[in-house]
Amino acid sequence: MEQAIEVRGLVRVFKGGITAVAGIDLDVAPGEIYGFLGPNGAGKSTTVHMLTTLLPPTSGSARVGGFDIVKDGPEVRRTIGAALQEAALDPLLTGREHLKLQLALHGIPRTERADRTDQLLERVGLRLAADRKIGGYSGGMKRRLDLALALAHHPRILFLDEPTTGLDPQSRSALWDEVVRLKRDEGVTVFLTTQYLEEADLLADRVGIIDHGRIVAEGTPAALKAEIGRPTIEALPADGTDSRALEEILGRFGELQPSTAGAAVRLDGQGDLAEIVRALDSAQLRLADLHLHAPTLDDVFLAKTGRSLEGSEEPSEPDQQ
Amino acid sequence: MTSQVLHLARRSVIRTLRQPANWITPLIFPLALMAVNSGGLDAATQLPGFPSDSFIAFFLAFPFIQGALFATVNAGVDLARDIQTGFLNRLALTPMQSAALLLGHLGGVIAMGVLQALWYLAVGLAVGVRLESGLAGALVLFVLAVLIVFAFGTFGALAALRTGSTEAVHSLFPVFFVFLFISSMNLPRDLIETDWFRVAASLNPVSYLIEAIRSLVIVGWDERALARGFAIAVGLAVIGLALSSLSLRTRMART
Amino acid sequence: MRRTMDVALAVGWRMLHNNFTTPSLLIPGLAFPMFFFVAFAGGLSRVNDVPGFQFPVGYTAFQFVFVLLQSAAFAGVFTGFGIVRDFETGFARRLMLAAPDRRGILLGYAIGALGRWGVTAVVLTVVALLAGMQVGGNGVDVFGLYALAVLVNVVGLLWAAGIAMRFRTLQAAPLMQLPIFLSLFFAPVFVPLDLLADWLQAIAHLNPVTLLLEAGRSLIAGTPTHVGYAFAAAVALIALFSLWAVRGLRKAEAAGGG
Repeated sequence: MEQAIEVRGLVRVFKGGITAVAGIDLDVAPGEIYGFLGPNGAGKSTTVHMLTTLLPPTSGSARVGGFDIVKDGPEVRRTIGAALQEAALDPLLTGREHLKLQLALHGIPRTERADRTDQLLERVGLRLAADRKIGGYSGGMKRRLDLALALAHHPRILFLDEPTTGLDPQSRSALWDEVVRLKRDEGVTVFLTTQYLEEADLLADRVGIIDHGRIVAEGTPAALKAEIGRPTIEALPADGTDSRALEEILGRFGELQPSTAGAAVRLDGQGDLAEIVRALDSAQLRLADLHLHAPTLDDVFLAKTGRSLEGSEEPSEPDQQ
Repeated sequence: MTSQVLHLARRSVIRTLRQPANWITPLIFPLALMAVNSGGLDAATQLPGFPSDSFIAFFLAFPFIQGALFATVNAGVDLARDIQTGFLNRLALTPMQSAALLLGHLGGVIAMGVLQALWYLAVGLAVGVRLESGLAGALVLFVLAVLIVFAFGTFGALAALRTGSTEAVHSLFPVFFVFLFISSMNLPRDLIETDWFRVAASLNPVSYLIEAIRSLVIVGWDERALARGFAIAVGLAVIGLALSSLSLRTRMART
Repeated sequence: MRRTMDVALAVGWRMLHNNFTTPSLLIPGLAFPMFFFVAFAGGLSRVNDVPGFQFPVGYTAFQFVFVLLQSAAFAGVFTGFGIVRDFETGFARRLMLAAPDRRGILLGYAIGALGRWGVTAVVLTVVALLAGMQVGGNGVDVFGLYALAVLVNVVGLLWAAGIAMRFRTLQAAPLMQLPIFLSLFFAPVFVPLDLLADWLQAIAHLNPVTLLLEAGRSLIAGTPTHVGYAFAAAVALIALFSLWAVRGLRKAEAAGGG
């Protein structure tokens, strides 16, 4: 089956020898939501710019929608829609004018433009604000219009570059719902870059984690987490409870971990939470609190790179020129 | 491509109209300056060798050039803003041809230029200036004025595409201003007493643009002045268009 | 009072620091007056030969006075742009929160405008002298000329500040510049008053800038004329525009400084 996106050895080196993308390989199946996760400056946006034909690669190859990104630029652009990191809107035009311009440039016949515009505005919840200039839109409204513009010409493949950065929780949730709906109801392939673990975890069928321009891990969120680690249980003793006795019991279920508040164990598969609770109860040890920490994608990143994804930042990716 | 150019030119015009400072200034300011300069230097017509007995007729060429500068800088700033906000990337992702972007942008500049030229001519006639070259001369003046706006517009676009910065384009305005003032704007070149100034004005292509327009007003049909003016306008347009096309190709490095 | 001065000095220091460490702010402020001086004194020197033009110390000095006053006024206007930037970036809110008496902020802006213009005035003077400008006045006369220019600087600043604080957007820049520009140019810029075209002469007679210009030119020529009236007019303008600026400040406060 032809992949929606195929990337082989893609490299991008900027002036001054800065390597933003150091050779990546990935495949995205049709109708899949692929999450591209990494800290700031990892190479996510540069990758997106190359795949959307805005930036030529230094070396390597990629096919998007079956078309080569270097040789078949115009065909690629006809196949894709993109909502890039900047909302990229003209503050002097209204939402409706933006859509009409986009449709006109995509060659949608004049007779269809008005209806298609209304449809898109309705879909992203901007019908009432359609005739207001963008300068008066909130951040969430701008992102919604951005999405509508990306979908204007019915693309098969959608690139979303950090689409929820800076949005309030409600707007973020609404955008997630729309992404899921696009995949489910229209079979759109979505390539989503994000620095938010939660977003990748929730939305993506598969995740690729990029760091320093290379993919360090790839797979479904569940598989990646399972590969890296098992849950950790941390127990906080109640007053008067012997911490050593607590550690002795927890130590039967896996490897003890450092804990500032009590005792913690990384489970090794020899027992689960229920068994631990029964063991503690049998020993008549009283607890103030008990936490179960499931591995996160941050743990995956930490295991692969030695640093945490959250709070980790690299020098930002250079401008395109 | 024509349809793309028209859509983008339309957008350029709409944006200009929605920024009153961008069209009020070019329409009012050059005429205000013309009024005060003419009133202030009216006595200069008494200098031996001054080519007209009406300073305002002598000076009518000025608003066409200054108006072109305003339109150019304003439009250049709009294009730079498109680059800064990433709107250019949005356009690059459509089937839009690169040339359409440049021509659409310049189309908007030309539209402003047409409006300005008609306005300045109308005001000139209203205050009593009579073109020695008659109606035909007015048409030639109109064509030359629009050509000048187009030529200057290519340099505004070049600045925007090279720098991608609205501040950098704004900062061009003083540079253009220098070219405007160190010219035969206020006095004919042969009456400029200060040697270095006269030489600089003679080397300045803007002097010949001013003199070409001026000749249609106060002389009639001065083939030499017109030939120089048109040659320089066309030359600037060709150079500006070539350079801005190259810059556009670099700026929109899409495959 | 002391805290108000503290605020004023702090705001003034910041304006000057930003101006002198940012080339895009510093260079136009210096370059434009030099350019106007060169263009007018150099390009129009032949106007000296117009019948009826009599100015004892030459056309260079004639134009120097205009450019000096023009640069003073526009230094005030450019400071107004800085005030608008403060509102657009939200920094003005920070200043308002810190200042016990917010008129100290206005005073600080005035200090900034004056400091900014001071450097321009020095450079302009040096350039004019190197260009061979003759000075007919004595020390007191020359001091009077610069004192007059200082007052013009304050007028320019107060006008621009009033606009800046009312509108708080750079879209209002033409409102700051155009009235100052027109008032400067509806005056005997290129030739003395009696050589202006009739309609312009009529307007110039009513324009207080004419009084300031002619007084300034008389000082540099060493024949002080109507200088007292000129200073009185400048002080009256300062009083008027102070009210304008302070009312603008109150409007900005009422809008929350945003």
